Amino acid sequence: MPLADRTTKIVTLRFGNEEAKTIAGYEKTGGYQALRKALGMKPEDITAEVKASNLRGRGGAGFATGVKWGFVPPGSPEVHLVCNADESEPGTCKDRELMWWDPHLLVEGMIISAFALKAKHNYIYIRGEMMREFEVLRKAVDEAYQRGYLGKSVLGTGFECHLTVHRGAGAYICGEETALLNSLEGERGNPRLKPPFPAVKGLFGNPTIVNNVETLMNVPHIVQHGGKSFAELGPGRSGGTRIVCVSGHVERPGVYELPIGITFRDIIDDVAGGIWKGHKVKAVIPGGTSMPPLDESELDVPCEFDALMTDERIKVCEIAPGKPFDMGGGRPLRTMAGSGGIVVMDDHTDIPMAVWRIMKFYAHESCGQCTPCREGTGWLEKVSKRVAFGKGRPGDVELLASISHGIAGNSICALGEAAAWPMLGFLTKFRGDFEARIPVAQVRKSGAA
Amino acid sequence: MSLEFSADSQQKIAALAERYPSAAASKRPVVLAALHLAQRDFGHLSDDALRAVAKILDLPYAHVFGVATFYTMFRREPGGKNTIRVCTNISCMLRGADDVLRAFERACGVERGLENSNAEFTIVEEECIAACANAPAVLCGTRYFLDVTPDQVPDLVKFLKKAPHPESEVL
Repeated sequence: MPLADRTTKIVTLRFGNEEAKTIAGYEKTGGYQALRKALGMKPEDITAEVKASNLRGRGGAGFATGVKWGFVPPGSPEVHLVCNADESEPGTCKDRELMWWDPHLLVEGMIISAFALKAKHNYIYIRGEMMREFEVLRKAVDEAYQRGYLGKSVLGTGFECHLTVHRGAGAYICGEETALLNSLEGERGNPRLKPPFPAVKGLFGNPTIVNNVETLMNVPHIVQHGGKSFAELGPGRSGGTRIVCVSGHVERPGVYELPIGITFRDIIDDVAGGIWKGHKVKAVIPGGTSMPPLDESELDVPCEFDALMTDERIKVCEIAPGKPFDMGGGRPLRTMAGSGGIVVMDDHTDIPMAVWRIMKFYAHESCGQCTPCREGTGWLEKVSKRVAFGKGRPGDVELLASISHGIAGNSICALGEAAAWPMLGFLTKFRGDFEARIPVAQVRKSGAA
Repeated sequence: MSLEFSADSQQKIAALAERYPSAAASKRPVVLAALHLAQRDFGHLSDDALRAVAKILDLPYAHVFGVATFYTMFRREPGGKNTIRVCTNISCMLRGADDVLRAFERACGVERGLENSNAEFTIVEEECIAACANAPAVLCGTRYFLDVTPDQVPDLVKFLKKAPHPESEVL
């Protein structure tokens, strides 16, 4: 039996079940039972279960969800829960599928989480381009109000809970949680300086928890089956299952719910059917384009939050050959699990061209607030473009590394790093591909100059 | 020329304003929704359309202008009935999105970019639309076209001519 079919299904259980999109169909498959159970629990006990579950944020940073919830100052008069449904990290296509197939699981996960956080007015911030999913979600929310799962008194318990689907209008940066909050408040989507963190001072100045779609969809299962059993599904400090989105040069691209410890080689060869056209693998982006890539020799590492940051089989990203990039305090950068978007490139891939496309994206999406990011991403795009098109100059490889180094750590939000890290990663592992594209460098190498 | 929101939009804006009680009576959180509605009612966000948004939400014109020009889905000039969003980001690029984009330009008779729109079509070179497992992916209104090949494009364009999928219907 293929690995993908053997995995416990938590959030993709209803994929393909059209009926489950309606509230009646959802209830028929056990929907809203977890909410009924949760309403009989103490809010603190729900948070304790989520802590025990080792659920980690599925949006990109992998932060422990229960710990995040614990940051809300006790006794806050008004708390908000916001679902980040602004999925737009290139290579990531899970949240859109999740909302399309199982909108009520998100609604139920949000009501339970709001109950645990004592949050009254809650929002789903959905990406503007997801027009189809926006309508599906709005219908689900309406149905939940009609059934009494939302409103002035949820199922007669006295718990007041409201949920509003808020539509964005096209801006990658609004996936950054503080930019998202600004956008929700009706501002331009510029990220805010932290601290204060949203859990202390967020939406409208109130403590606010921002969680990803997949993260919140795991909460009903945790309440139903207990945090411990969820934790046992995964290795180490990572509980549950993980959705990966496999795209690029594989035979069977797809959205798969998998055990967390599975290796990249198994994901590519077993789950996704291997590299297409009988080609070989060259590079793999492990979790959205913001993360440094893996090369062929690094694919036996498990697709797990901690392993990707610390496994010594993954080379350290460098700012020059032999000179590791310092993330602060001497911490080296390997890579991260990110958003679960795995992009596979075969050995026919034009790496400088692919990198240019990635840099073009970040240059387009930088909000312009911080100079290092605004100017830096623009220059990364320009220089990587001229290299990709064979018009690079001697020293361009060093220039790309130096621009990246100048951006990283010097901007309010992580968009700067999101451009700098993959640039450094590609330069470290595929330096020859860039050098070979620079005409003068080639001439010099052959001794003709 | 002063513009007036349709009755339907006015009602929607009033209802939405109720959803953000923590905003302390400010209707600011409704600005994105109001801009989407303005784009539906007036076709595009002219200066007058922005003034109508500022008026109905009791916000400074400068604020509305600032927000409208930050987000890529808002257009300050008229566009085609269909906005075809062709993703060319990494996953789609690796599976031939650039050829798909060129095929759309040929079949629609317009080049990418809002400024090149005709009455029927606007083509946008879009960033990742979260359909990477079915690359190349194309979005038009609520309709996704997945695993698109260049030779399918003429038929897709014919289909959209017959059954337009305007984004403005989603509100």
